[in-house]
Amino acid sequence: MAEVRILVGTRKGAFILTSNGSRRSWSVSGPLFGGWEIYHVKGSPADPNRIYASQTSSWFGQIIQRSDDGGRTWHQPGSPEGPSVSGTGMPMGESNKFVYDTSDETGRPLTTHQWYDGTQHPWEFARVWHLEPSLADPDTVYAGVEDAALFRSTDGGASWHEIAALRGHESGPSWQPGAGGLCLHTIVLDPNNPDRMFTAISAAGAFRTDDGGLSWRPINQGLHSEYIPDPTAEVGHCVHRIAIHPGRPDTLFMQKHWDVMRSDDGGDSWHEVSGNLPSDFGFPIAVHPHEPETIYVVPIESDSLHYPPEGKLRVYRSRSGGNDWEALSRGLPQEHCYVNVLRDAMTVDELDPGGIYFGTTGGQVYASADDGDSWTPIVRDLPAVLSVEAQTVR
Amino acid sequence: MTAATVRVLLPHHLRTLARVDGELRLEVRGPVTIASILDAIEAAHPMLRGTIREHVTQRRRARIRFFANAEDVTHLPPDARLPDAIASGAEPFQVIGAIAGG
Repeated sequence: MAEVRILVGTRKGAFILTSNGSRRSWSVSGPLFGGWEIYHVKGSPADPNRIYASQTSSWFGQIIQRSDDGGRTWHQPGSPEGPSVSGTGMPMGESNKFVYDTSDETGRPLTTHQWYDGTQHPWEFARVWHLEPSLADPDTVYAGVEDAALFRSTDGGASWHEIAALRGHESGPSWQPGAGGLCLHTIVLDPNNPDRMFTAISAAGAFRTDDGGLSWRPINQGLHSEYIPDPTAEVGHCVHRIAIHPGRPDTLFMQKHWDVMRSDDGGDSWHEVSGNLPSDFGFPIAVHPHEPETIYVVPIESDSLHYPPEGKLRVYRSRSGGNDWEALSRGLPQEHCYVNVLRDAMTVDELDPGGIYFGTTGGQVYASADDGDSWTPIVRDLPAVLSVEAQTVR
Repeated sequence: MTAATVRVLLPHHLRTLARVDGELRLEVRGPVTIASILDAIEAAHPMLRGTIREHVTQRRRARIRFFANAEDVTHLPPDARLPDAIASGAEPFQVIGAIAGG
């Protein structure tokens, strides 16, 4: 029978929630890496035993953790106890070394981006927001970092190299941070085309490569953001999250700072599908595992009030790819609820019927095993949840 | 070249990363300075590279401080000799994380 593993990153450690395919009872393990901010934990689609975690701290910086046994044991890749140079002569202890590429051969000059006061500011690495393992190779994994850039490891996370053409895009000097920093938080890999990849940066917008990262272009046509000087600018939008169904990778769904958007041409153009949502502000967006036109969002009152409308926690589902939305509230708190659901904190499993999961800043992780019709808290009192990912292990 | 055995106290999270309990005892060759102690820490525990000072610039991370013999030596030049009590192992060199809530 299939097993479902929910990988939860929180402000104070990581947790792994496990159930069999019925998804009725769950075991909870953790905290792993207690006391550290765990921005993201994600398993390899090519090998479910391989899991990567981004462990960060304002004191001690970035750490990359890796498990090769489904989360039972962890290590910093390239850093076993012992000598500082491996048998192959490669320096160890470099899995947390994220250095912007300024080399003549592959890099771009270390330019500047806009700072909060309008001056230019050098790129400075702060942390890894998102880890996206390759769909085919467990040792290849992408990292979206703050200040916004994309890195890739091809040795299981032991060393990282910037895919510099993204930061080197001509619009780079105009990118500016949102309140959460200038972060590359979304990486979507096209399952049909290994050379195509989508990324999203706050607050620059969405970008696409069609040549494996050698060149990038902004894909923000159709986005409208009242809060920037030119509401239809090519770059400068605060995209919060992009999601696709793997069977239809040219259709993209986006939760923007405000507005839920849809593209049917790989991001070349977007149109709004917010429809009858009570608020179209929010962070995550997810696509049903088996129904490419069924999507989920969690409306939040506004960018000033980061909590659900009316104090009611409701997931909204559209079965028509947007515009027509229904509230899903069974099992969710419908009074005095003022939590938020962050951009990486909603996901789906691959079982049938589909399992939907999300975590809150109040430390609850909710699960639905019936396409979202009803919800049950798996855990209620974790630290604030930063990310939730599901692994379906068969 | 002379070698000294230096005692080092790491904060909780770095002890966990390095998988060590209690104090470190490290052999430091040449003058005992902040830089030479950090070199010894990183050589013995490569997983701590980048957690006390930045990988490339070698700059101290902003929320890390160094104490020696009950004095804050954070802003000493990295190559300045530390007190004899540190070089002799009478007192530990302390790596400390800034106090903060949350």
